Amino acid sequence: MAPILRSTSLFALIVCQISLIFLFASTLPISSGSESEESYTITGRVRIPASTVIGHAAKFSSIKVILNGGQHVTFLRPDGYFTLYTTIPSSNNIHKVPAGTHLIEVYAMGYFFSPVRVDVSARHRGKVQATLTETRRSLTELVLEPLRAEQYYEMREPFSVMSIVKSPMGLMVGFMVVVVFLMPKLMENIDPEEMKSAQEQMRSQGVPSLTSLLPASR
Amino acid sequence: MAIRVFLTLLLFLSSAIVSFSLYEDQAGLTDWHQRYIGKVKHAVFHTQKTGRKRVIVSTEENVVASLDLRHGEIFWRHVLGTKDAIDGVGIALGKYVITLSSEGSALRAWNLPDGQMVWETSLHTAQHSKSLLSVPINLKVDKDYPIIVFGGGYLHAVSAIDGEVLWKKDFTVEGFEVQRVLQPPGSSIIYVLGFINLSEAVVYQIDSKSGEVVAQKSMVFPGGFSGEISSVSSDKVVVLDSTRSILVTIGFIDGGLSFQKTPISDLVEDSGKAEILSALLSNMLAVKVNKRTLFVKVGGEGKLEVVDSLSDETAMSDSLPVADDQEAFASVHHEGSKIHLMVKLVNELDNVLLRETIQMDQHRGRVHKVFMNNYIRTDRSNGFRALIVMEDHSLLLLQQGAIVWSREEGLASVTDVTTAELPLGKDGVSVSKVEHTLFEWLKGHVLKLKGSLLLASPEDVVAIQELRVKSSGKNKLTRDHNGFRKLILALTRPGKLFALHTGDGRIVWSMLLKSPSNSQACERPNGISLYQWQVPHHHAMDENPSVLVVGKCGSDSSAPGVLSFVDVYTGKEISSSDIGHSVVQVMPLPFTDSTEQRLHLIADTVGHVHLYPKTSEALSIFQREFQNVYWYTVEADDGIIRGHVMKGSCSGETADEYCFTTRELWTVVFPSESEKIISTLTRKPNEVVHTQAKVNTDQDLLYKYVSRNLLFVATVSPKGAGEIGSVTPEESSLVVYLIDTITGRILHRLSHQGCQGPVHAVFSENWVVYHYFNLRAHKYEVTVVEIYDQSRAENKNVWKLILGKHNLTAPITSYSRPEVFTKSQSYFFAQSVKTIEVTSTAKGITSKQLLIGTIGDQILALDKRFVDPRRTLNPSQAEKEEGIIPLTDTLPIIPQAYVTHSHKVEGLRGIVTAPSKLESTTHVFAYGVDLFYTRLAPSKTYDSLTDDFSYALLLITIVALVAAIYITWVLSEKKELSEKWR
Repeated sequence: MAPILRSTSLFALIVCQISLIFLFASTLPISSGSESEESYTITGRVRIPASTVIGHAAKFSSIKVILNGGQHVTFLRPDGYFTLYTTIPSSNNIHKVPAGTHLIEVYAMGYFFSPVRVDVSARHRGKVQATLTETRRSLTELVLEPLRAEQYYEMREPFSVMSIVKSPMGLMVGFMVVVVFLMPKLMENIDPEEMKSAQEQMRSQGVPSLTSLLPASR
Repeated sequence: MAIRVFLTLLLFLSSAIVSFSLYEDQAGLTDWHQRYIGKVKHAVFHTQKTGRKRVIVSTEENVVASLDLRHGEIFWRHVLGTKDAIDGVGIALGKYVITLSSEGSALRAWNLPDGQMVWETSLHTAQHSKSLLSVPINLKVDKDYPIIVFGGGYLHAVSAIDGEVLWKKDFTVEGFEVQRVLQPPGSSIIYVLGFINLSEAVVYQIDSKSGEVVAQKSMVFPGGFSGEISSVSSDKVVVLDSTRSILVTIGFIDGGLSFQKTPISDLVEDSGKAEILSALLSNMLAVKVNKRTLFVKVGGEGKLEVVDSLSDETAMSDSLPVADDQEAFASVHHEGSKIHLMVKLVNELDNVLLRETIQMDQHRGRVHKVFMNNYIRTDRSNGFRALIVMEDHSLLLLQQGAIVWSREEGLASVTDVTTAELPLGKDGVSVSKVEHTLFEWLKGHVLKLKGSLLLASPEDVVAIQELRVKSSGKNKLTRDHNGFRKLILALTRPGKLFALHTGDGRIVWSMLLKSPSNSQACERPNGISLYQWQVPHHHAMDENPSVLVVGKCGSDSSAPGVLSFVDVYTGKEISSSDIGHSVVQVMPLPFTDSTEQRLHLIADTVGHVHLYPKTSEALSIFQREFQNVYWYTVEADDGIIRGHVMKGSCSGETADEYCFTTRELWTVVFPSESEKIISTLTRKPNEVVHTQAKVNTDQDLLYKYVSRNLLFVATVSPKGAGEIGSVTPEESSLVVYLIDTITGRILHRLSHQGCQGPVHAVFSENWVVYHYFNLRAHKYEVTVVEIYDQSRAENKNVWKLILGKHNLTAPITSYSRPEVFTKSQSYFFAQSVKTIEVTSTAKGITSKQLLIGTIGDQILALDKRFVDPRRTLNPSQAEKEEGIIPLTDTLPIIPQAYVTHSHKVEGLRGIVTAPSKLESTTHVFAYGVDLFYTRLAPSKTYDSLTDDFSYALLLITIVALVAAIYITWVLSEKKELSEKWR
């Protein structure tokens, strides 16, 4: 599937047309031989954006399509198509489910897919209606695309001076630098006379207290 | 200023969202992941071509996998759905693996090299029947290679190239069951042989091009068949009649049918019920009579003749063509710890091509299956390799007199898990090995610093990983200070107990359960459950801890139980006993005797309970608490929950003084027409609750209703008990109950209209979280219910507490009617769920996380804060400060919160959590087809420095500070001096 998507836009158009044709096909009931029993198939397609991840093919082969929370599990063909089978229960076949409302989930490592609500109509000859339950968007064709890619690991932030400065120890060092180097500079800027008066005041009061420095205490 | 700096710093640190997250280079440091496939059912070798030699296997866990024949590694693997049991596997066209599953209704082709599914065909089936997959080797029809499949009354021919159905034949009307599809070489006609109602043998000749029946022949066999069949050649099969005493050779040469009966008593003297073994041998069949395996040669005219007999313990492979039109087969039997492998020619049983005896390092039980493969040695002679499946489900490859590789596939079917401590380290031996020199220590930390600042080169990263593993000392076999090293004891379905190390997941010891009395019919009990039997804590410190393994002989519920006591340190069985009664329920009691053996009650099917251990001391302890022992049973099929109380001693001859009768105390009956029990759950008995009170934002106190005797029950309308989507929202409703198991009182009832199961729930402290399906919204929902105690709600006033006018010290009794109130809230959840667990820590202080096993076989850690009924749309400032998250309709799925990160625990069945000694940390072990272990810190490791902590940076800072102090001191000295000179 990936090579198709990586090719030119013209080809993408063809793919689009193919999927439109396929949509038509999916809404038609596919009778399977025996007249006594009608069986429907839900055919859909999983499309994953071409990714730069290495080992994409290996990932693709392990994608699962799950019907009704584990009732039926199927896998994808190389072209991304999958088929789920539903039948009207006229026989004692336990492996098939009646026409009705179903839930399709797609599980692919590294991607998040919205579950899809699929209504298979028994009256309208197996007409299929699909809605994404997460976004409440109804699909005109059963082409499932991931809502988002999932990154399971935290990304390490690239090295920067700021990250060191921001770290607790960096802040400690910064504070020390301020106290050691900048405070004396500030002291120098103070007028010598004012300094002297301040010193006088300090001497007269003895030990300088914190309250005396606060303006409210005066 | 400093205060402000620190405040901003604190704010900055606390604002970070506490959640599980991992950097990529941290993967595999504390966690491990093991991949398994399960007990092998079928194996097909693929060794013809040059290149990778592989074996394709299908297993009882519905796995189809391709294994490397040299090392036993998995090339690729697919776990099919739980109801998609594999019936057959084959290789078509030399490049596709064909699997038939779901009773012959699903046929799939997988690409041999990479496991990509190539095509999938759903075959029409109408009834339950045996299914059959036949991949003819040289059948070619118009450039197509058909695969013949029978299942559910239909015979299909499917194209191997694209999976298209070429033709199909309906046999449902006749009730014809295909037993064998035979294809004479060089012809397009296939012979399909089968039975109608096991009394009539029919052979169809079908044109493989069109599916038309060319000829049909049937013949009634008066006695009827048993259904067992062995095809010996292309025109003959041997079947067993319904009495299992006569072998019938059916020949169908040229479209005719002929029966030839041979009573088994003619073959051997001591005849009994016979059984045809499934091994396919040419012109020969293997029959099991009276625990002996007979090799019966089929002559040209259907004459049967016994040529050899072997002991019952022998397993054999299908025969395989070797050079010069000869066929050979392998037979394997075990004797003590040795395996004897023999490869013989089918025609000359005396001609043993290969005889090997292989020593096994551990007890694996009997040989269940053998698959043989041959190869041409460099000296052009035949070499043989055999893949054998043992009783403990392990898979071994034997070649040239040695076990080339083995896989412990029993671990794919874990049934119960518990944890145990490792032995204490001896004095004088430091538990964690410290780095040798200061230089190395510094170098290591500089490397780590480089790693955390993203300056490390790839070689450095490797070095860092190595260093981390080495320095953590995580693989030692002694107890550590933090309780990170533990043993995980896993009981598997075949009855083998494994002890896995939490550090790297290696098997420390394993033990196959033995039957206590060998004379019994029960050869090997299957394991059911695992309990902590003796955990020396305060007394009996010199004794090793032990676990109780409860097993059962046979599969039905009334089968007698077997108890086995296993020493955790050594893995040796201390004792085992056949308890002579069935096991329905095992109840660990909260009492221990003087040697710290925990008292257990075992309920049987008759309604009696039995006390273990059977000592007088245990009896006296139990007699003291006799009136206070209650238990309950859930009869899910009838919709009844019963509460029981002890009544008296058993009467009768077989009864001993440790057997007690019980009396029914209460019953809760759910109306069967509207409610069906689908899930019940209690709190874990060993859970620790840190505080009973919960402080609200407005300084209000709420008292949690913490009771060990609460049962959560979920019922659903009988119509809604099926799969999702099988009912309309109006037809189904889900009701949950909280029931007190002492009095049978329903404390809370909550009904969800238009919802259905399956319900997955977790119960911890005073809350229940459960997951179910909402049919109206067609989404999954999660609901939380928290229970609070109303009767103690007045104890808020500080003065009351000081003056002692409170009822906090009043004894809590289960008899009194509790005044409880509940708070609940529901959220949507975007995934199907397989299981839910909650983290557990040593003191219960650390906030909890829900561990949600999703249908994608991943485990999501979700903070309990997200499922808090106090969440509102617009939390006030005070609530925000407390950490209440604004209400959203959907629970978030944060990819970094997957504890399994890039792994999948295929076929996930359960999650087990166990506390470590460090309060912040908890062990998490998940099992399914795969095993996964990791260590979690739900609120981050607030009580210890992380591995990431950069000692080097700390050191550099200190050095820099000291240097700065020295420099400023020198500078100030100078300045002072110059001022004095002035």
